Amino acid sequence: MYAWWWRLLPGPWWLRALVSLLVAAAVVALCFTVVFPLVADRLAINDGTVDGP
Amino acid sequence: MLRRTTGVVGELLVTAGVLTLLFVAWQLWWTDLSSGRAQAATVASLEERWTAGDAPAPAQPAQPEPDPAPDLVVAPPAGEAFAVLYVPRFGADYAVPVVEGTGTEELKDGVGHYEETAMPGVVGNFALAGHRVTYGKPFHLVADLQEGDAVVVGTATQWFTYRVRSWDVVRPQQVSVIAPVPDRPGEEPTQAWLTMTACHPMHSARERYVVHALLESVRDRSAGDPPALAAG
Repeated sequence: MYAWWWRLLPGPWWLRALVSLLVAAAVVALCFTVVFPLVADRLAINDGTVDGP
Repeated sequence: MLRRTTGVVGELLVTAGVLTLLFVAWQLWWTDLSSGRAQAATVASLEERWTAGDAPAPAQPAQPEPDPAPDLVVAPPAGEAFAVLYVPRFGADYAVPVVEGTGTEELKDGVGHYEETAMPGVVGNFALAGHRVTYGKPFHLVADLQEGDAVVVGTATQWFTYRVRSWDVVRPQQVSVIAPVPDRPGEEPTQAWLTMTACHPMHSARERYVVHALLESVRDRSAGDPPALAAG
C-alpha cells in the first residue's frame, strides 16, 4: 500500500517525502477536528452523570 | 498474490494501530489542554465581568452580620456558564465554570449543572457533573475531598461556601444522589446541598463517585472574598 503510494508520487525522493508528510499532517488534522470528537462522543468512556435506567 | 495481500493487510493493521494510539493521545491530552484553556478563559471573563466597577471591600467586617439571603439565580439556556466553582483542595488557583446542562457538549465547557436541580445557595440540591479525566478534567481529584473541605460557588452577585459532608460510589442509574434531599427522593428539603458526580473508577464509566456538601455561608460579593478562599 505504501509502496504503491510511493511509486504514484512524481519527482525526486525529497519531494515525495514532503508530499507524504503534508498528507499525513492533513490526515491527523482531520482526525483531531472531525473524526476523533465524533468517535469520543459515541464511546462516552468518561461519562460522569447519573441518569435514569 | 498472497504475499502482496498479506503485505497490504499488515500495513492497514499498522495504520489502524497508529490511529488508535493517536486517538488515545488526543483524548487524554489534547482535549484536556484545549478544554482546560477554554474553561480558564471563561472563568477569567466571568470574574472580570462580576468584579468590574466596585472595588473589593475590606476583608474584615466590623461585626459579624447575619448571612444575606441567597439571590435567586435564573437558570440560563443550556450550555451557558452562570457560576464559577472553587475548591481549595484541588489547588489554590482551581476555578472552573459551571454551565447549565449535563450533556456531552456542556461537560466539555466546564462542570455541568443538572437541569431541574436547585440553583446555588437555595434549599434543595445544587447538583453538578464533571469529567474526572479528559476535557479539562475538572473533577480529577474528586476522590481527594475530605470531610469539612470547602467547595465555593461564585455567582454574579454572591459567594456560597459549602462544606463536604459525605461521599459514595454508586451505580450510574442511582439518580437519588441528586434528589433535593440527597439519597432520599421524595422528601421535602430543608437544607441547601451541593452534589458532585464524576465517573469512577478513573478512565471508566462503570460507577459514579459522588460527593455531598452542605451550605455553610452566603456572602455578598461586595463583602469581599469568602474566608475559605482567602485562607487558601
